[in-house]
Amino acid sequence: MSTTVHEPPQIDPDRLPKQGHPGNGGWRDLVPANGDLHVALDHSPPASSSAIYVVLFAITMMFAAFSSALIVRKGSSLDWQTFTLPSILYLNTLILLASSVTLEVSRRRVAVFMGGLKSQAESPARWLYITLFLGLLFVAGQYAAWSQLRAEGLYLATNPSSSFFYVLTATHALHVLGGLGGLIYVIRKLSKSTLRRNALDATARYWHFMDVLWVYLLCLLWMKL
Amino acid sequence: MHDMSAPAVHHHAPPTGFIRKHVFSLDHKVIGKQYYGLALIAAYVGMGLSWMMRIHLAWTDAPIPGLQLLSKTGAPGGVMTPEYYLQLMTMHGTIMVFFVLTTAPFAAFGNFFLPIQVGAEDMPFPHFNMMSFWVTFTAFIVLMASFFVSDGPTLGGWTQYAPLNAVGAVAGPGQGTGVILWMTSIALFCVGQLLGSLNFIPTTLDLRAKGMSLMRLPLSAWAWFITSCMGLTAFAVLMPACILAILDHVAGTSFFVASNLVINGQPIAHSGGSTLLWQHLFWFFGHPEVYIAIVPGIGIVSHILITNMRKPILSHRTLIYSMGALAVLSYMVYGHHMFVSGMNPYSSLAFSFPTLVITIPSTIIVLIATFSLYGSKLRINSASLFALGFISMFVSGGVSGFFLAQPSIDIMLHATYFVVGHFHLVMGVAAMFGIFAGTYFWFPKMTGRMMNETLGKIHFWLSFVGAYCIFMPFHYLGMAGNVRRYSSFPDDFLQPLIPVHRFITVAALITGAAQLIFLYNLIHSRFWGKPAPDNPWEATSLEWSTPTPPPFDNFGGELPVVYHDPYQYGVQSSAGDYVMQTSPEQVKTEHEEK
Amino acid sequence: MAKFFAITIIVIAILSAIPILRHTWEAPEDISTHGALIDEQTSETMAEAGISFLAAQFVLAFFIWKFSNPGPNAKLKNFPGGAKGLVIAAFLVVGIEVLALGIFGAKAWANVYLTAPSADAVPIQVQAQQFAFYFRYPGPDGKFGRLDPAQINDTTENFFGIDANDPAGKDDIVTAEMAIPVNREIHLLMHSIDLGHSFFVPALRIQQDFVPGLDVSLHFTATKVGKYEIVCTQLCGLGHYNMKAYLYVYSQEDFDNWLKKEAALQ
Repeated sequence: MSTTVHEPPQIDPDRLPKQGHPGNGGWRDLVPANGDLHVALDHSPPASSSAIYVVLFAITMMFAAFSSALIVRKGSSLDWQTFTLPSILYLNTLILLASSVTLEVSRRRVAVFMGGLKSQAESPARWLYITLFLGLLFVAGQYAAWSQLRAEGLYLATNPSSSFFYVLTATHALHVLGGLGGLIYVIRKLSKSTLRRNALDATARYWHFMDVLWVYLLCLLWMKL
Repeated sequence: MHDMSAPAVHHHAPPTGFIRKHVFSLDHKVIGKQYYGLALIAAYVGMGLSWMMRIHLAWTDAPIPGLQLLSKTGAPGGVMTPEYYLQLMTMHGTIMVFFVLTTAPFAAFGNFFLPIQVGAEDMPFPHFNMMSFWVTFTAFIVLMASFFVSDGPTLGGWTQYAPLNAVGAVAGPGQGTGVILWMTSIALFCVGQLLGSLNFIPTTLDLRAKGMSLMRLPLSAWAWFITSCMGLTAFAVLMPACILAILDHVAGTSFFVASNLVINGQPIAHSGGSTLLWQHLFWFFGHPEVYIAIVPGIGIVSHILITNMRKPILSHRTLIYSMGALAVLSYMVYGHHMFVSGMNPYSSLAFSFPTLVITIPSTIIVLIATFSLYGSKLRINSASLFALGFISMFVSGGVSGFFLAQPSIDIMLHATYFVVGHFHLVMGVAAMFGIFAGTYFWFPKMTGRMMNETLGKIHFWLSFVGAYCIFMPFHYLGMAGNVRRYSSFPDDFLQPLIPVHRFITVAALITGAAQLIFLYNLIHSRFWGKPAPDNPWEATSLEWSTPTPPPFDNFGGELPVVYHDPYQYGVQSSAGDYVMQTSPEQVKTEHEEK
Repeated sequence: MAKFFAITIIVIAILSAIPILRHTWEAPEDISTHGALIDEQTSETMAEAGISFLAAQFVLAFFIWKFSNPGPNAKLKNFPGGAKGLVIAAFLVVGIEVLALGIFGAKAWANVYLTAPSADAVPIQVQAQQFAFYFRYPGPDGKFGRLDPAQINDTTENFFGIDANDPAGKDDIVTAEMAIPVNREIHLLMHSIDLGHSFFVPALRIQQDFVPGLDVSLHFTATKVGKYEIVCTQLCGLGHYNMKAYLYVYSQEDFDNWLKKEAALQ
């Protein structure tokens, strides 16, 4: 789409970010999907920006526990058998990273909305749907990886290395599914104009964390398995 | 342009309908009361279990009337079998540590009062908060279900060491389904507590009212905040450990089960696992867990004492930093549970140093609490008695830590009653006293009625003296070599100690009976207690500025503004010798917050 | 009531201290060479812990007595020095105390765990299982036979699963009681065939867990003849309370006779 902007856009002063207000939405952070703030619908408590970090910290600790269990278990006995990681994992990694990109695109679209430039923006919802699709594709790809391992005779209890492979990837995939739930929540709220900017930011941070976590797990598995 | 930072001008509707108001409530106060109710039930179940244990230890072959109704195989004719003793003991420990000591001081009081003390309408995620209670409740039901499965509950102790926790029923009764139920229950419990931390931490960081700086938070709020941070790290490690143990049990993996094991003549199919790995994961959670049990008590007791001393403590900041130091150090000391476990002896030495060092913040807390009494105008009531009793009990329980922190001495004291005495004094008594103090103090605000003071004092006296009679002798038993987790004492060298056990049992039964006085007082006062004024203790923090009991949005639609530090006592104001945090009145402060 | 409370605290503190001061319940007499350091460490810790305990309870009681239910003219005061003095005291007094305990205690620990057994220590294997201890002596050839878990057979009393194909195992002596010669270093090799157990002999001042999958090594020397009890201290199932074995400390001559007798019973 080609748009030549010859002069600065006219921004509705009501939609300008307030100094010091959390997020940069209107009242209680709401993101107007169609340009209007439906103020009366939001009864929830004020936005909290620290909560997502609480969640990410807990998830980090959980995977730290699994990681140290892996390292100790590998060193505690001689029965660790390495195997080649299914190659589809690398494709899945690219898919997940792509989904982070698409999520960021949708966030940029939201920023455009906030500035009142709705007429020149595509719906951010479309990019959220793409992210959702890529996320589902990732989970399906993980399932394919498990199927491939099963075909090679590597099950959960076959060897400690395969045990950790399944535990780590399955736990990660479960958390990705949780992230998909968050995306669905965001899409629904956006369509009803009750989405809060803070909720979108938190979901995005969670999603990007799933990326980073996956890359870490891939490295760990690649090094140790 | 409307000013969005002013107190909320629109009111959201209060909840309607019985289910929304009392069952699946989003109101943090209802959730707090639900947690309290859960802890209350758990406490009496746990106490009943301890009675049965103590009776069996003192009179091993005597039948306990009615016990066969609970388990025909566990107690034929009412006489407890050794395995049933261990099963009851495991449930006692698990119920008390998780469903009483983590639930009441932190989840119950914290849920009710943290949002009010910071000046918020509710927690930021009421749905997750509601989920946190119901997940915890489900965890309790799952655990209790193990009483009713054919084999009974697991007998491996609340610590569930590997490989006993993973090899299945071949190792003993309860080690099949019982273990699975235990692991599932505890994994659920971890989820519930993580959801709780998810609310507590943002409440403290993001939802404070105007004028409520971090240093103006009451000590109880700080304690809940620090505890929720500890819980975040600790429970997030226990849950994966439980998952791995369940997998070893049902999926044939070998995370914790070593090779070539033969149990009762039966070869075990697992191989290669690390026995000590479970201990490392468990105690990395387990040690912070005991600080999760005590830190809210420290905050609550300080909060109550200050109100009853009519003067702030010597240094608000120091107490906060000390609680924080306890939290941070609690992660570095966990190996002191493993000194003789077979881990590297250099690691044992390494863990002993932070364990000794953690004495320093504990001492600072005791010193500040005690020496703040100097020059105070101490009021004696049920709440302050339990708060003062907390200090005495925390000292008593803490000094035995000096011994256990040293690996060389631990050689003689590990797995003896000395350890049992130590942790019962700090957890089973001091932390419980914190719960009692909080109850007597906050009951008026939570229910709108006063508790009976006379009954409260009787409850205190019997509990204080009784608890010492029960748990002080445990230390002597331990020093004499009395091993713990024994269902009876056939060994020659233990025979002279049996009379001590009988004394302890009698003390336990009497002290336990005294807790029924508390239960009666609680229930009777709830319905027929004297109506309570909004601020019966002439206290300063935000919870006393609300109506009694507080409405669904705590402050009636208008968020408070905070003008003062939390403990402005000993001043001259229109209210008396104190000024509330929300009062705009300027007063001559005698005490600067340091 | 406050004054009564203060008195109660003091009475309880004193009553608690009495059994300690009168040595009413104590660890049995030490019969080991390394135990003296442990006992010394324990006494020092008891002195420091005891003084801290009594002082803290007395100060608490005193303040409760003095500052409760004040008269109408009472004025609020702060403890002289305030928090700063207390914090400094805590760091200095407790800090030095714990450093001293830690540093000196390390020596007692190192004696047991950070020294290697001497070359002429008597090697004895200990096996723990539900719910018994078994002991193995290498016999005249001085070598332990190979172990094969598949050959464990309690009915034929091959508790260890000594490999029938290994000639070194033919003269191994397996017993249900442990005997050791006095004043000679013993090298214990500990393993468990099923679960976690622990080996505790209070008189010998040793306690060590068995770890399934690991062979744990321990060494000590007994200094007095007598009969003692080895008890299990790690929860291992319903028979945990009854899992024990007797330890006999014999003179060298009696030990040799005992070993010969046991060898004949194999």
